[in-house]
Amino acid sequence: MAKSIKVRAKVKGETTVVKALISHAMETGQRKNKKTGKMIPAHFIQEVTCSHNGNDVLNADWGTAISKNPYLSFKFNGAKKGDTLKMSWVDNKGESDSVEAKIK
Amino acid sequence: MNTKRRSFIKSSAAAGAFGVAVSAGLITPRAVLAAWPKAAFAATDVDAAINGAFGSSATTESSDIALKAPEIAENGAVVPITVTSKIAGTESISLLISKNPTPLTATFKMGKGAEGFVSTRVKMSTTSDLVVVVKANGKLYSAKKEVKVTIGGCGG
Repeated sequence: MAKSIKVRAKVKGETTVVKALISHAMETGQRKNKKTGKMIPAHFIQEVTCSHNGNDVLNADWGTAISKNPYLSFKFNGAKKGDTLKMSWVDNKGESDSVEAKIK
Repeated sequence: MNTKRRSFIKSSAAAGAFGVAVSAGLITPRAVLAAWPKAAFAATDVDAAINGAFGSSATTESSDIALKAPEIAENGAVVPITVTSKIAGTESISLLISKNPTPLTATFKMGKGAEGFVSTRVKMSTTSDLVVVVKANGKLYSAKKEVKVTIGGCGG
């Protein structure tokens, strides 16, 4: 799968601010296809993990109500410039993607 | 014999073996997903969802949780939400939207070093209360805010 995650991580003093955009349809399973009248099956990200130097800093369980092309931002302590941050997601169809980014 | 100690050793050995299996790639992501709380996400009312996620629906309202969301959201498909928890030892932050078909939206579990801060965008079907549940030191704290939605973001 093409790279679907864009991550920026920036150190500000003690804390590192992580901002991420994931491109994903996030279908709720409650919408109808207007032409065929059939329900569009649910297709959404269920789990997002983010780790820094092998330590999980955030682990998110998502439902269908997260917007299309999800945006996520969080903060954590203890990172330095140049460290690697790894982010990955898994959706309800078993598709997944992961990306690594250098902390700036 | 100290049975507690026995079972502790057993369970930690099992957890260790599981970790090895995951890192060795023996278990696919789908198997790991078993941890995803399906019942909580399928629950249709707020209390049931909180109960499913935490095993209890008793929460204490706390003013240490700052919930930033628009008063009026013009487009229910994209409602930006920022939660800041000043409670020490925040373990997880959950977002619930009371009038969505399934209220539980997301649970963010904080790892080592993570601050009680999370920002994301959610879908809201209609004007309703936004409920945040923060788990800290084994207790549940909550805060809520009403968001008015002009155009719902769940239908087609």
